[in-house]
Amino acid sequence: MPEQMVARQDSRETLSFYVTGLILLLVLPLLNVLTPEDSWLHLSDFRLNQFGKFLCFAILALGLDLIWGYCGVLSMGQGVFFGFGAYCMGMYLALQIGKESVYGSELPDFMVWTQVKELPFFWYPFKSFAGAFLGAILVPVLFATIFGFLAFRSRIKGVYFAIITQALAFAAWLVFNRNETRLGGTNGLTDFKQLLGYRLSDPSTQRGLYIITVLALGAAYLFCRWIVASRAGKVLIAIRDSESRVTFSGYTPWMYKLFVFVVSAGLAGLAGMLYVPQVGIITPAQIGVLPSLEVVIWVAVGGRGTLIGAILGAVAVNYGRSVLTNYFPEAWPFILGGLFVVVVTMFPDGLLGMIRKATERKQAPAPVIKAEGRTAA
Amino acid sequence: MSDSMYSVKSGGERLTDSESDAITKKWRSMRRGFVPFSRIVIILFLLIISQGTAVAEQPLASEAAAGAASPIEQALLDIKSEDAAVRSAAAALLIEKGDASLLSALDAIRAEADRATRQAIKPVIDLLKNHANLTSDQSDTRRSAAADLVGTGRPEAIAWLEQAAAKEPVWWVKYTMEESAQLLRLRADDHAIRVVAVKKLGELRSQNGVPVLKEFVDAGAQSGATDEQRALADAAHASIGQIDAWSWWAGAIETFFRGISLSSILLIMSLGLAIVFGLMGVINMAHGELMMIGAYATFVTQQAFVAWVSPEMFDWYFPVALPVAFLAAAAFGWLLEATVVRFLYGRLLETLLATWGVSLILMQAARVYFGDLTAVIAPQALRGGAQVMVGVYLPYNRIFIIILSIVCVLGIYFLLFRSNLGIRVRSVTQNRNMSACLGIPTRKVDSYTFAFASGLAGIAGWALTMVGNVDPGLGQNYIVDAFMVVVTGGVGKLAGTIWASLGIGGLNKLIEPVSGAVYGKVFILVGVILFLQWRPQGLFAAKGRSADA
Repeated sequence: MPEQMVARQDSRETLSFYVTGLILLLVLPLLNVLTPEDSWLHLSDFRLNQFGKFLCFAILALGLDLIWGYCGVLSMGQGVFFGFGAYCMGMYLALQIGKESVYGSELPDFMVWTQVKELPFFWYPFKSFAGAFLGAILVPVLFATIFGFLAFRSRIKGVYFAIITQALAFAAWLVFNRNETRLGGTNGLTDFKQLLGYRLSDPSTQRGLYIITVLALGAAYLFCRWIVASRAGKVLIAIRDSESRVTFSGYTPWMYKLFVFVVSAGLAGLAGMLYVPQVGIITPAQIGVLPSLEVVIWVAVGGRGTLIGAILGAVAVNYGRSVLTNYFPEAWPFILGGLFVVVVTMFPDGLLGMIRKATERKQAPAPVIKAEGRTAA
Repeated sequence: MSDSMYSVKSGGERLTDSESDAITKKWRSMRRGFVPFSRIVIILFLLIISQGTAVAEQPLASEAAAGAASPIEQALLDIKSEDAAVRSAAAALLIEKGDASLLSALDAIRAEADRATRQAIKPVIDLLKNHANLTSDQSDTRRSAAADLVGTGRPEAIAWLEQAAAKEPVWWVKYTMEESAQLLRLRADDHAIRVVAVKKLGELRSQNGVPVLKEFVDAGAQSGATDEQRALADAAHASIGQIDAWSWWAGAIETFFRGISLSSILLIMSLGLAIVFGLMGVINMAHGELMMIGAYATFVTQQAFVAWVSPEMFDWYFPVALPVAFLAAAAFGWLLEATVVRFLYGRLLETLLATWGVSLILMQAARVYFGDLTAVIAPQALRGGAQVMVGVYLPYNRIFIIILSIVCVLGIYFLLFRSNLGIRVRSVTQNRNMSACLGIPTRKVDSYTFAFASGLAGIAGWALTMVGNVDPGLGQNYIVDAFMVVVTGGVGKLAGTIWASLGIGGLNKLIEPVSGAVYGKVFILVGVILFLQWRPQGLFAAKGRSADA
């Protein structure tokens, strides 16, 4: 792209970042608190909480966009990293229930009914909030490091990598479903009461969590933008467009891939960590093959290769889902499947690509630049 | 008197060794006291004759009943008695002398009798019915009768079983009869009989005998055990050792067989996937759902047969469903190629996503239209299984799938390597542009191949109806494993797919008994990742310039 256009786009993106940030951070919570309940401007606690959930998904989508949209590596196992983060926080919250649990035991309920007498050793770090916080980021990061090292070093790429990560999601789903892994089996972890002394059922706690999520999303966005704008980001895009040429230029693509894979896993862990206290439950159903793929469709719908697009896609698809499943519960898989087909075949650049195209055509007949070598990905 | 009785018995029995002959005599002599011998001679004689021919059975039996009219009729009255001793004596008499012709009379009595009488009659009916069934025309009936006689625990049955075993033509039925006879002998009071029976069971590798044998071992291990008990325990211990060694081998063979059978299913599935992937570089995520279409086509064919074809012809639905399943899946695959995949050539990850979307739609459509769970009734020929060794039982449906996969591999081999279409497919796989230059209609080849591969998925679905339910999630159960096969096997090589599916299917079933199905899957994933460290392009990698395409 010509220099001025990039600059113009950058400034526009910065502006929209601040505007959206302001709306999310101040306007929505204020609408929730200040407006009377019957006003049309009023945003209910439920809606705000739901929005917080969508923003968690947006963080998850950012991570995938970084690796898929910028580096051309499709990971179909993001749900696993999300799940690691979510379970780490969930274990902490489950231990915080304490004597309030149904059976009045210090142990989480599911352990009582599966006859576990003692807390399993790997639950101990999650007795403290710091342990849970670190675990939620570090567990996915470490896992992604090992997995990514093995995968990228042996040059598993393209479809192969996608399939391997899908198998990972499948295997993780199976393992988390088991009772003997001591993570609650199919029912997962739920019935949380408090976080750092704040009651989770309290609307003000949920508002606080929402604001934290917005801040985390903003930080994640800036972090991703920093990566993308850096020299490493340029290499990532080069890898996407032609990995062989990058190799011949003297770079080691697998290291860059590993880096960005680990970052995306960390972001997924962060998203999971924020998701659990707001939604109040984490089950293996959030980890499996389909949830992992839904992340892909969010990014595809929003427009991959643009960070804003990932956020937009995650919020739009999930909002659409919450509305549509209300009215036509059976139709959602049809719509989701249709989205996959239509977006991929007809709108490869997603919503944002469509918007861009429309605005650019109006402003100036920009020179058409073909994404050369894109097909090699 | 007693001499003549022995002569008839030993003449009819033809026991294999003198030892057990002696034991039988001992048993007989133990009960000599309370039965009139002359009648026994007559009845046993008649019984032996009646067992010889099924045709002669009915009239002879009824004559026997008529000949022994008074005691049996008396017993039929006595069994309704209030007095428990009279009842049990009558039951013993009926067991001794009765035959299948009494069953209707006994059933009639039982229908209106009180609880005590019903309890007295029940073993009589069980014994007489099973005794009659020992000479049934159906080998399965004979076998289950032999097995059921163990449950009655009556020593009378031993002689019946041994007589029947001597005449039994079917090896497995004979085995069951001998096993049952020995199992009944384990309950004898006489020490020598039991020791011999224990040894015999060890020689027979009888899995059914293990619980009782273990009891003997435990009894022998107790501090107050007599010498006899200890001797019995030693014999039982040796026999258990024999049986366990055998059952280890039997288990190993069955595991191997299950592994091959799972491999065959994976192979039929992966072949289609691998062909499409090799040819067009398309990962067809909807492959599992094409398989589901094949399964539902089979189901619909079955329903059509139920509705419109006479019941005797019902089993024919299965062969008819084969072309139906193939064509339904192939037609759908052709449509999928023409409407979605065609626009995404060269964009591999996009084809993966788009076909995944199609698979979601298909799955939900099946769920809405057919509901969650339907099943196909297997045709008669594929029900049951073949017993090849003691303790090794191979179901026919699994054998059928193994054969089918071999047929599929051969068919694909001939199509790819011995036909005109095959040479075009292979040339497009190797170099698309060059083939196009040489006048091969690559678009048409793509389209036909995709349809053919989809048809293969339909056949896989057709076969899968024999081993499981037909449900919308059918494809999902196997698809991840099938992908692993394709990844491990490498692209575009038939041999790679075959070896990889054998390896993954076999490993799956090998790990399963040790660590459970779930961890088996995890181990397989780890194994595949580690394997790809060693061979990044799969077992049989494409070499040279095309390798990095």
